[in-house]
This record gives sequence, C-alpha cells and structure tokens, in this order.
Amino acid sequence: MVTTDPAELAERMGKPAAARPTRVGDTRGYRVFRVVNVVLLLVVAAVTLYPFVNIVAQSFSDEQYIRTGRVNLVPRGFNLKTYGIIVSDPTFWNSYLNTVVYTVTATLISLVLTTTYAYVLSKHHLKGRGLLVGVAVFTMFFNGGLIPNYVLISELGMKNTLWAVVLPNAISVFNLLVMKAFFESLPKELEEAATVDGLNTYGVLLRIVLPLSKAVIATMVLFYAVANWNSWFSAFLYFDRADLFPVTVYLRNMVSGATTATSMGSTDSDVGQVNSNIKSVTMVLTVLPVVVIYPFIQRYFVSGVMLGAVKQ
Amino acid sequence: MSVDTREPEALPKPPSAKTPRDRRVGRTWRKALRRDWQLYSLALVPLLFFLVFRYLPMLGNVIAFRRFVPGGSLFGETWVGLRYVTIFLDDPTFWQVFGNTFVLGALTLLFCFPLPVVLALLLNEVRSRLFKRFVQTVSYLPHFLSLVIVAGMVLQLTSIEGTVNQVVEAFGGSPIAFMQGPQWFRTIYVSSEVWQTVGWGTILYLAALTTIDDQLYEAARIDGANRWRQTWHITLPGIRPTMVTLLILNTGTFMAIGFEKILLLYNPLTYPTADVISTYLFRVGLVSNNFSYAAAIGLFESAIGLALVLSANAISRRTVGTSLW
Repeated sequence: MVTTDPAELAERMGKPAAARPTRVGDTRGYRVFRVVNVVLLLVVAAVTLYPFVNIVAQSFSDEQYIRTGRVNLVPRGFNLKTYGIIVSDPTFWNSYLNTVVYTVTATLISLVLTTTYAYVLSKHHLKGRGLLVGVAVFTMFFNGGLIPNYVLISELGMKNTLWAVVLPNAISVFNLLVMKAFFESLPKELEEAATVDGLNTYGVLLRIVLPLSKAVIATMVLFYAVANWNSWFSAFLYFDRADLFPVTVYLRNMVSGATTATSMGSTDSDVGQVNSNIKSVTMVLTVLPVVVIYPFIQRYFVSGVMLGAVKQ
Repeated sequence: MSVDTREPEALPKPPSAKTPRDRRVGRTWRKALRRDWQLYSLALVPLLFFLVFRYLPMLGNVIAFRRFVPGGSLFGETWVGLRYVTIFLDDPTFWQVFGNTFVLGALTLLFCFPLPVVLALLLNEVRSRLFKRFVQTVSYLPHFLSLVIVAGMVLQLTSIEGTVNQVVEAFGGSPIAFMQGPQWFRTIYVSSEVWQTVGWGTILYLAALTTIDDQLYEAARIDGANRWRQTWHITLPGIRPTMVTLLILNTGTFMAIGFEKILLLYNPLTYPTADVISTYLFRVGLVSNNFSYAAAIGLFESAIGLALVLSANAISRRTVGTSLW
C-alpha cells in the first residue's frame, strides 16, 4: 500500500480521498452540510492567513497608525522607510548571513550523518542492527535534558563557535527513520549486481544507492534546512556575542526582548521597546525565504512525513 | 556486501552443548565484522554523535546527585545524595510549575489532538480538488515558521492596539492587556498551538482515509446508512490506528510541552500560569547557575515523560491492540 515515490504520494494526497464521487441521492441535510463545510474551511484558511497579512500590512504602515490600532488588513500611511532602514542595517545583514552559514553547514553535516547511518540500518542481515536502531530510537523518548547538554557543550569548549549550533542536533531520529524506510524499499537486486561487478560498500552507496535516492535526499535537505533556518534556541543559549547571532535571535531580542528581558536573564543583548513597524519588517524579511519557496517544497515535506509513518 | 546471506550457524542450533557460548558468539561477531566491516565503518561517526551528544548528557544527569562546580568536571565533584531532589520537593514554586505543566499539557492535548481529525474529516468531504488543495496548502504553512516568528505574531495580535483587541472593542468591550496578567496565557498559548499544528496534523489522517476500502461505504449505503453513520461506523474506525499512534506520541511529549514557545511568550507577570517545569529549570539552572538543582528537576521531568509514553503504549496495546513497538 505504501509507495515511496514522493510525486506519487503527493498525487495521492491531493486526490479526493477514497474517491467518494458526487451522487444524485444526496440527502438535503448533506447538501446543506457541504455548503457549511466549504464556509467553515474558508474560515480556517482565513484565520490561518490573517497573521501573515497583518504583519505585512504593518510592515508597510506608518507607526502612528499601528499604535492607534488602525492597521489590520491593509497598510495605512503606506511607506517603505522602515524597509530601507533595516535593509541598510549591517547588523541585520550580518545575522542574516550567519543564518545562511549555519543552515548550509548544519544541513550538509546532517545529511552525511543521516544518510550513512540510515543506509547501515537498512541492511537487515547486519549483525547488531537491532542494537544500532535501538541506540537511535531510545533518544526519541528519553534525553539528557537542558542542563547536562549545556554543561557538555561548555566543557567541550564549543560555546561561541559554529559547532554549538551545528553538531548537537545533527541527526534527527525522525529523519533517520524516513531515510531508512526509503532505503529498505529499494530493490535489492541492483545492489547485489553492483557487488558482483566488484563495487565495495562505499561504491554501492555512492554510485548506485544515492543516485536512486534523489527524491528522499531532497526531502531531507528541506527538512534539515527549514529546521535550521528556524532554530534560535541553541544560538540563544550558546552565543554571547551579538555578531554570531542568527537572524532568529536578532529578531527574538527585538520581539520579546522588551517583555522578557528579566525572565531570560539577558539584559545586554536586549533592545528596549522596539516599535511594531520595525518588528513587522524584520519578521517579514525573516519569513520571506520560507514562504516564497514553501509552495514548491510542500509536497516533499508531505511525502517525507508519510514515509516516516510507515515504520512507526 | 549487501547480499543477504544468513549465517548458517543462526539457523540450526548445533547439539554440542559443551561449546562455551561466548566463544560461539565471538566467532559469529568476528565473521560479521570480516564480512561487513565497511558497513560498520559507515556507522562509526553517527554512533559517535549519539554517544557524545545524546548518551553523555544522559550520564551527565548524575550531577543531580552531586555537587557541581561550573568549569569543573562534567559529572560533578562530590556525592550529595538526594539533597537536590528533596529541595525541589519542598519548593512551592516547583509544585506550581508542575501544576502549570500539567494543565497546559492537558489543554494542548485536548485541543491539538482531536482538531486535526475533525479538519481531516471535513477536508475529506470536499469534492473540488482545487479547493481542497488550497485549504491544505494554506493550513500547512504555519508549520514552517520559526517559533520566533510565531511568538512575534502572537504578541502583535494580542497587544493593546492589536487585532484581537479591536475585535473586543468592536463588540463593545474595552481593550484587554492580554500579556500583562496570568488569566489569558493558557487561552493564548493553546490557540497559537492549534493555529500552528492543526493543518499539518491532518496529513497522516488524510493518508489513512485514502486507504479505507470504498466497498465498505457501498455496503453501508445499501444498508441505509446516511453520511453521518458512514463516518461514524466506517471512517473513524478506519483511521483509529493512526489516531492511537499519534495519541501515544503526543502523550510522550506532554511534559516537554512548548518550552521554546513559552520562553518566547511569557514574562514575570504571566508566570503564575505560564511558567512550566522546563522554563523554571531553565531559569534556575542557566540564569541563577544552580546546575545541580536544575538537573534534578530535569531528570524528574524526563522520567515522567518516559513513564507517560511507556504507559500510554501499554494501555493502548491492551485495549485497542495498537502500539508503537
């Protein structure tokens, strides 16, 4: 029942489920329900989109209209001034660049580690495979917790280095299981033939398996890249220097800095009360790459989730 | 290398009971290593990752029972027994945040678990493929946002001049300072969780719905079942395994509920309802530098989390026959 081709899975997702076609015999009650249903789903879509529309509207508005509560769906006092200010702010671009560097590095490392381990776990004949799977899966349900992790990173001397945000979450067990499920679904014969032709394990993985796995690799890249792009807590925890902050931490200090400065214990990096207009512009610029590519990557995510559900 | 040749020893147990067991084990391991060493070598770096960044911190939890000096050993200096455990058991703030964790976790489960099922069922009744796609695409979107953005949106919407207060005023109320007091935090938190997760949560249900045999509906219709009865007697039982699995997974994350989001949203004024175990131990440990005390609380939290998954799994295996392992 389970296919592994993302395109096909995505295709199936979009299909009217279980193909329950229009029938003449619908009762009046059901016809009424269908109208109500469409209205209800439109409301769901509107409520989901509203916060986006709101920050976009505020980002183009004049602060005085926001402060008097008059900006909801459309900008008031339309201007691009704040965009100009943020875009010409070197601190903003520095943090944006940091985010790009962290995301690319972390995604590459994660991809290599996840692929190799998933490939090993997909070999059912391997002695000790159960143990290797167990080592990974156990960490899904039990983890060391915040304090020991923090102590470890400090003792390893990783604070204020790239490694603190890149290494500790290098393998997501969920992604690992997705890849493992994919590798298990590949036909064994190809690899056997390649082995007979004299390729060793590394050769089989690089030349036979990986070229067949482009779809799942794309899914993994997207899973990891989006997670890293969005992450903020590791950087917030392990970086003391503002020039290392990714854009999410830059934004956090702006958005909740004023209200939570005392609760977070950090005062020096927190900006005071920043006006809503500036916050909105920063939010729009941060979220832009994700929202722009989202329609194109959505189906890969969906197929990844489905693949992960196979074995769980 | 990938040829699936089962070791002949594994199949028929040789009757020679005299052979020492560990020598036999040693020999099969040596054989496996000789045959698959390249595969094992691929596993080395990932294994190292798990050992250093996952299992070492687990061991690091011994500092919950030892005196820890920042900059000193990862595992603390001297044993102090259950000292830190008794401190938090006597700490009234601990019991307050424990209660908050429970209430927030329960409310989140109460809303975030069933609503995706409802949304999936509604989407399943849509006949226009284009419209269904549109609603799905839109409702998945919040899943891809950074929590910083989500928190930013929540704070903007609930501010004095925000949209929520404009709706309140439109209905004749006076503006509410939502984030300046404890009474609204739970509502705001759970609403934002629903906003963020409900669409994405439908994916597995929609997939499960496509696997239900259409003949079942046919048969039910012949027996005179209307749409509602079909949903109740065929659709819901059809997606029950998916529901149970997701319920177990949700229960497991019950205690670790929304740490990052709460950290972004709360402030001292909302602590009475917003402060949960994880945020409390974050402040105790990393703001006030009581590492051992915070580790003791964290260990307690993890243990409860593990116990919750295990018991949810056991209960579902006994009652509905579905389990994670």
